[in-house]
Amino acid sequence: MNTIRRILAVWVCKLAIFGSKLLGKKGSSKPGQLALLVYPGILRELAASVRREILVVCGTNGKTTTNNLLDSLLRAQGYRVVCNRVGANMLYGVCCAFVDSANLWGKLDADFACLEVDEASAVKVFAHVTPSRILITNLFRDQLDRYGEIDITIDYLRRALAMAPDAQLILNGDDPLVAQFGYHSAHDCVYVGVDQDVGIHLQETKEGRFCAICGAPLAYDYYHYSQLGSYRCTGCDFARPALSFRADHVDMADGLRFHLTYPGGGMDISVSYRGFYNIYNILLSFAGSFLATGDTGRVLTVLSTYQPQIGRMETFTIRGTEVILNLSKNPAGFNQAISTVLADPREKDLLVAINDNAQDGRDISWIWDVDFERLTEGNIRHYVATGIRVDDLAVRFHYAGIGGVRKVRSLRQAAEEAIAKPTKVCYFLVNYTANFPMQDILKDLQKTQ
Amino acid sequence: MYQLTIGHLYPDLLNLYGDRGNIAALTNRLLWRGMDAKVVSFELQDDIDFSKLDIVFLGGGSDREQQLVCNRLLEQKDAFTAYVEDGGVTLAVCGGYQLLGRYYQLKEETIPGLSILDITTEAGEGRLIGNVVLSTSLDGRAFQVAGFENHGGRTHIGDHLPFGKVAAGFGNNGEDGTEGVLYKNTIGTYLHGPLLPKNPEVADFLLSRALERKYGARVVLPLLDDTLELEAKGYIVDRFASKA
Repeated sequence: MNTIRRILAVWVCKLAIFGSKLLGKKGSSKPGQLALLVYPGILRELAASVRREILVVCGTNGKTTTNNLLDSLLRAQGYRVVCNRVGANMLYGVCCAFVDSANLWGKLDADFACLEVDEASAVKVFAHVTPSRILITNLFRDQLDRYGEIDITIDYLRRALAMAPDAQLILNGDDPLVAQFGYHSAHDCVYVGVDQDVGIHLQETKEGRFCAICGAPLAYDYYHYSQLGSYRCTGCDFARPALSFRADHVDMADGLRFHLTYPGGGMDISVSYRGFYNIYNILLSFAGSFLATGDTGRVLTVLSTYQPQIGRMETFTIRGTEVILNLSKNPAGFNQAISTVLADPREKDLLVAINDNAQDGRDISWIWDVDFERLTEGNIRHYVATGIRVDDLAVRFHYAGIGGVRKVRSLRQAAEEAIAKPTKVCYFLVNYTANFPMQDILKDLQKTQ
Repeated sequence: MYQLTIGHLYPDLLNLYGDRGNIAALTNRLLWRGMDAKVVSFELQDDIDFSKLDIVFLGGGSDREQQLVCNRLLEQKDAFTAYVEDGGVTLAVCGGYQLLGRYYQLKEETIPGLSILDITTEAGEGRLIGNVVLSTSLDGRAFQVAGFENHGGRTHIGDHLPFGKVAAGFGNNGEDGTEGVLYKNTIGTYLHGPLLPKNPEVADFLLSRALERKYGARVVLPLLDDTLELEAKGYIVDRFASKA
């Protein structure tokens, strides 16, 4: 250990964080990069000084929500936690979160670290950080032009898991692509899932309908969405594993209600935020926290007071209209958002924004894998399309049998037009780089009304 | 009433990039004209009776899935070849396009193709990814095509006619300025996903050739309002090929 360099790295990083805050930037990658440049051992040493455990969350959708919930659960039990809360989930972002929590002498005072880690970055992060538990939410096709294919993502994760042979895996058992990591694995594995047919039926394109072990088709007792459900292989013994943490008695009419069963107990969960997928986020974060501390205290308070992340079914009230903003980055996320819109019986308007910046993925072909056709049953009065690829979106709506869509290129103008309509409820479904600007616009409109 | 049957080959396996858009374009553009469309989806174990199909669509999949499809199609090679040679309408995209060729040469192995087209593909360094604009001419009408490509294979088309000339993007191999193949009533292309919705001229070319083959005489396709489609294409053309 080199104390001087370590302290210098901390100072440089903290100064850079301070500087970028002054500039009004939300990024935390540059400061982390600087810290590693000044002292390559900084992340390894800070991570090693975490007193109890490091928990890592991976998976296509739900990483940020699951990780933030996990962080909140552990904090509510009185622990000190390091967390990359803003979703900076590559190596430098993880490093920045650790340095940000350290004091000026380069010392960290933390019981736990909760880290969301990008699947492709896990190998790089695990070179510095040894997790005690790894939670995997789901695997869907996402940003194809960056990673190629889902098989490549699975390969990245496999290599990362091999680097942490002693870690316990907490896996979404309903997702066969995730559960495969536990099949005949040397890791200790625990599974979560929804143990009931909740009757969501989609026409969507399904990833991984074939067994990852032997290639034979999977047979399903029921589907939840995409490839998630109760499945078994028709060719070998791969099947949905026994669920240690499971939800049933699911009710999604208003918010979310379900019964959670865990080893040795159970409790009724009721939260105001919407979305079936949030059941998985809750199950996984609960399992992570319970297995790490054995404590279930304050869970209900934490879950019910949890504020969804920026643009995760985030609600605004603007001139008497309830605006619900949701980030949807890929077909699975979008189809889930559409299910949430359909579950809300009120008359409503819908705004959809699609950008094609590098972080969104340049290829927006996936909008054809989203079941926009189902929106015709959604009690929707007006449609507004916006974002850089507003033209493609309008074509997509046209072929979904939805006419009279307003095309508005500017996000702000689109938001104002949608809100100005007499309908009192308005859903905004936006992809990644449209999310932050749209949130700023809505905050601004909320303030200046 | 005019009616076309569209065979969607192995959508369970070949569905990588919004391929449903092409099926939606073909069916809607028939229905909007008061014609009838029937889509038959084939699974791997199904036998395909090509004589019952008017349009065949073959999409792209991951390498593993493509291999499964290739083995199965080799068993039905003669029937598929006869269909194409007889002027059967086919749209083959990405992996589906490569399968129609003689082989796909990977680093360590060579995957034999159906040899319906006299083309060959080799794996190259790095993937060719990005928006594409082509200039093409179908049925004597010149127009531009917009799409997106994402492929590791480099395809050489020999004496075949290309589907279009590259105005922006990589095309067949990133070198010779050609993209895809047009052979009889078959189009092979790397422009994946929603090629047809944004390029209604291509969709209507396939539909009119299929109607002509099925009903003998030339069937006039009533005009549709393609404002939205052409705006979406125009956006890509202006953004990526404005200098062309």
